[in-house]
Amino acid sequence: MELYVPILVLAVLAAGFAVFSVGIAPFTGPKRWNRAKLDAYECGIEPTPQPVGGGRFPLKYMITAMLFIVFDIEIIFLYPWAVAFDRLGVFGLVEMVLFIVTVLVAYAYVWRRRGLDWD
Amino acid sequence: MEPAEIIQHSGGVIGASWLMIALPLLGAAVLLLGGRKTDKFGHLLGVAMAVASFVVAALAFIQLLGFAPGERRRGVELYDLIPGIAKVGLLVDPLSISFCLLITFVGSLIHIYSIGYMAHDPARRRFFAYLNLFVAAMLVLVLADNYLGLYVGWEGVGLASYLLIGFWQHKPTAATAAKKAFIVNRVGDFGLSIGIFTIFATFHSLSYQGVAEGMAKGGSIPATAIGLLLLLGACGKSAQLPLQSWLLDAMEGPTPVSALIHAATMVTAGVYLVVRSGPIFQATDTAQLVVTIVGVATLLAGAIIGTAKDDIKKALAGSTMSQIGYMMLAAGIGPAGYAFAIAHLITHGFFKADMFLGAGSVMHGMNDEVNMRKYGGLRKVMPITFVTFFIGYLAIIGFPLLSGYFTKDGIIETAMEHNAILGWLAVLGAGITGFYMSRLVFMTFFGKKRWEADAHPHESPAVMTWPLIILSIGAIVLGAFLILGNRFMLFLSPAVGRPEELPSFHPFSTTGLATLALVAVGVVFAWYRYGSAEVPGVAPRGSFLTAFARRDLYGDALNEALLMRPGQWLTRLAVYFDNRGVDGLVNSLAALIGGSSGRLRRIQTGYVRSYALSIFVGAAVLVGAWFVVGNL
Amino acid sequence: MNGTIQAPTLEYAQLAPMLVVFGAAIVGVLVEAFAPRYLRSAIHVPITLLSLAGAFALTIWQVVKGVPTKPAAMGAVAVDGPSLFIWGTILVLAFVSVLLINDEDHFVAAAAAVPGSAEEEQALHEGAGHTEVYPLALFAVGGMLLFPASNDLLVMFVALEVMSLPLYLLCGLARRRRLLSQEAAVKYFLLGAFSSAFFLYGTALLYGYAGSIDLAKISAALGVVGGQETLLYIGVAMLGVGLLFKIGAAPFQAWKPDVYQGAPTPITALMASGTLVAAFGALLRVFWVALGGLDWNWSPVLWAVAILTMVVGAILAITQTDIKRMLAYSSIAHGGFLLVGVVATGAAAGQNSKALSAILFYLVAYGFTTVGAFAVVTMVRDAGGEAWHLSRWAGLGKRSPLLAGIFAFFLLAFAGIPLTSGFFGKYAVFQAAVAGGATPLVIVGVVASAVAAFFYVRVIVLMFFSDPAADGPSVVLPSRGTAAVVGVAVLATVFLGVFPQPVLHLAQNAAQSLFIR
Repeated sequence: MELYVPILVLAVLAAGFAVFSVGIAPFTGPKRWNRAKLDAYECGIEPTPQPVGGGRFPLKYMITAMLFIVFDIEIIFLYPWAVAFDRLGVFGLVEMVLFIVTVLVAYAYVWRRRGLDWD
Repeated sequence: MEPAEIIQHSGGVIGASWLMIALPLLGAAVLLLGGRKTDKFGHLLGVAMAVASFVVAALAFIQLLGFAPGERRRGVELYDLIPGIAKVGLLVDPLSISFCLLITFVGSLIHIYSIGYMAHDPARRRFFAYLNLFVAAMLVLVLADNYLGLYVGWEGVGLASYLLIGFWQHKPTAATAAKKAFIVNRVGDFGLSIGIFTIFATFHSLSYQGVAEGMAKGGSIPATAIGLLLLLGACGKSAQLPLQSWLLDAMEGPTPVSALIHAATMVTAGVYLVVRSGPIFQATDTAQLVVTIVGVATLLAGAIIGTAKDDIKKALAGSTMSQIGYMMLAAGIGPAGYAFAIAHLITHGFFKADMFLGAGSVMHGMNDEVNMRKYGGLRKVMPITFVTFFIGYLAIIGFPLLSGYFTKDGIIETAMEHNAILGWLAVLGAGITGFYMSRLVFMTFFGKKRWEADAHPHESPAVMTWPLIILSIGAIVLGAFLILGNRFMLFLSPAVGRPEELPSFHPFSTTGLATLALVAVGVVFAWYRYGSAEVPGVAPRGSFLTAFARRDLYGDALNEALLMRPGQWLTRLAVYFDNRGVDGLVNSLAALIGGSSGRLRRIQTGYVRSYALSIFVGAAVLVGAWFVVGNL
Repeated sequence: MNGTIQAPTLEYAQLAPMLVVFGAAIVGVLVEAFAPRYLRSAIHVPITLLSLAGAFALTIWQVVKGVPTKPAAMGAVAVDGPSLFIWGTILVLAFVSVLLINDEDHFVAAAAAVPGSAEEEQALHEGAGHTEVYPLALFAVGGMLLFPASNDLLVMFVALEVMSLPLYLLCGLARRRRLLSQEAAVKYFLLGAFSSAFFLYGTALLYGYAGSIDLAKISAALGVVGGQETLLYIGVAMLGVGLLFKIGAAPFQAWKPDVYQGAPTPITALMASGTLVAAFGALLRVFWVALGGLDWNWSPVLWAVAILTMVVGAILAITQTDIKRMLAYSSIAHGGFLLVGVVATGAAAGQNSKALSAILFYLVAYGFTTVGAFAVVTMVRDAGGEAWHLSRWAGLGKRSPLLAGIFAFFLLAFAGIPLTSGFFGKYAVFQAAVAGGATPLVIVGVVASAVAAFFYVRVIVLMFFSDPAADGPSVVLPSRGTAAVVGVAVLATVFLGVFPQPVLHLAQNAAQSLFIR
């Protein structure tokens, strides 16, 4: 059982921190309201006008966000490769080119099918 | 003597002997699936497939002759159906190839004949499809190397026979006859299937070879039970007592069908089964005795029925029953009789097909009239039909030097040697045969014209007469060819064994002379009654014996009393119990399952959250179970 | 920072079938990007079919060349006898399903348009269509190929996702009854993601136990690593949940009816055949290679799951009134029958290759029949598209006897009537299970089969002995593709029912080489 004690302690600490931070904020923070703070998104998307009963989120925003994540992940792979480039040699280069080309195909698809156009 | 070993064979025509089955099967498939598009050439395709099948059989026969006698049992393995239980394979040996040649040769001739006979029938294509189907099924029956394959063919020919008897289904009599044939055969098939189950339970094998080996090994084997069950199957298909009643009604089918199926080939399947199951029957005197008794009883009964029928086809059907009775008798005797049984089967196939087709030719010219009292004096207007029919007639009554003389006499001699009572009864049967066949010929071809006013009898076209001529040549020469010098017995012996001592042919034995004398008496009596005398247009009342024979020896009444009434009582009883007991149980079980289904389906709420919950709970249970089981 | 990292060796020849399929899928995406709309379909179909045929040829070539005995790609992928057999099966089934996909307008004009909106009207008017279906299907097929062949848990997880993600999308693309289709897609996605999490969690725990995600190394660690059984048990159970979900075993079957019903019918055919085959391949590999030594432990749990699956599938199918849902429950029940075979592969049963070959045969037999059955479903239509409700099928035998006859034949094959492929599939699996000592399971299986036969026969009775509805659905004249699919399925069902030996033999050969470690 001793094996799990540190995990347990960590879990309790994490939970405690989360509850504490959310719980304390209303009491300690200054309360100065303005319009921008009441908006749902900081990117400038207007959450209104909304249909009655919740309605739908605009898809355009979602698509952009997801595309960003895809290419973001590409960077995550590129970074360690760049660091160990000299030791990975030609194999690493070829594999990385293949990887980038594959992602490029997806990019071409999105671009040609006007996934990058806002309107 | 035991049958020879089976040698596995591949290549050559024997290796391709499955083509014999496949070709007519293909023909049937094309004709049935092709629909009206094939109406134009349907009959030609049917004939071509039957002839092609005959060519394969003939070539296989020639190849088989190339082997030494001891090596003439060739097994052709096709594939494993259920590993360890059922292989699909063919057995090409002297016995099966004899059947193949008979089936495909006579079958081809009858196909050709049917082109003319069915020329005006709108459903001729369908008729040829069924004929092809029949040929394929019959070949499966005789070529299979195991009882399962035999059963498949057995049911296949049953189906083809049903379809063909009821081919003119617009006639209620034909539809009823087809149903009757089917139902009576079910009784026989029931015996056969139970017999096959017993074989499998006993030997753990369904192949003929496996059974032969199992029998040789000995041990406690219910041979008598198996033998009797197989005999029940044989009685159904071969129209032997007590399951004979369907054959007479089966004459409702088109005449070529009567010739091919209900005279030359299918009805002999029972004889084939008994001969093929020789290793089983030879181990049990009881079953063999029953086979011989059934054979003798049927040969007499068939002959008596034949004496009283005015319908030409029914008279011939009675004669078929009777002749198969002879074969059964010989098959029941054992190796001494096998060769005679099969030889008679082959010669009978020729002369009976010849006579049936001849009868068809007569009907063709007489507006489909079947009542012999309305024939008479036809020999002048249809000479070819008359001559060929007369040759068949001489062959069946055993006129010296024609086919029947050799093969039937062989059976009678063997029976006499086996058991004198059976032998004398067989001689008596031969005498009656002489009477009723003569009666038939005299009433049809001799005497005065008793035609209906609108009858304009004429000779049939060449496409119908040529098969008659070829068949009658077979009826003349085949018997001598097969029997003299024991040619057929030696050929067949690798497949069915042979007696220690080969029989020799005595032209003037006591039995032979007695038979001839009795036949002569029968012929003369028939001439006195029907040849020289006036034949009344309406059947006289006759004695009670005549009535007895006319009513098929009360076969139907017997069936009704023995099978139908108890059967009905049994079904009523079963229905009663079924309603009260079984149904109650089944229904409540069904209600239970249905109810639980109705309740269980409410789990399927359609809400993804509850699905997720069920997955989660399931996972928890799985983890728990694994944990518990793992720590046990 | 000195020395180079050893470049991994990749056996391209062994991986070729997958590479061909994935390559074709990427080309398909480029076609979507650059080809004008009116040409796309004409380009996609040959590419898709050719790549599947090519991959099949490469698979055959490998079998002819000799089945590899070592895992490929640094132990990540095992191209062994069972893999190759499963690949061949999946590729043929996928080929057939693509013919079905190609048939007609099964797919939505504009998936992003709100159902019934003006945009949809406009897209329909323009004759738009989602030809992305083809590359998506190819990606899914690629995943299906990798899934049963992956030799470590992470590759398997990646394969699972590659297989599933395109299917989630494809499910939502039905042209008619779009809300139902979208609902199916969302449900499938949410539950699939949920189950993937279980799979991943199990992988992590097993890594914690064995210190490796390699199946062979996990197997080696069994019994050697002491005191960590808790990790092992929970890990195996979690992994099992992920795999059993894909099969649709109870209690993880809830998604199947909803998804099979909502998805476009050709996609349902692809899922019911290809995905099931792939998932069983993966399940067998995990339980055989990694957990073979744990047999005494996973067997009883699998017994319970198999029984529950058969019972739930068979019983719930009885009250279904929708043909697609009924076929979905039938698929669940068949999954249960297959699980009976899986139990028989366990160490307690001597890890016999007989059970393995029986399962492989069953998968082939079931795959073809089910594709054929769904192909028939696409052909029975009324004004609102395919007629799913069973009452609409009443009297179909009187109006189109051929089609009804074929469907009845498929149903009989599902029921396992002799002389159909279903009989030998069930026979082989049950026989292997009896030989493996799982007789009680087989008894449950036979009873469940009997219950299942009831609802199959009920449909037959409905088709042939009920009076047709006055405004009943009409049977559309099949396109050449659909006709070919139905024809192939009928032939396969007959052939496997009458001549099972060649395929059985092939399956035995494949199973003989077993799963390599």
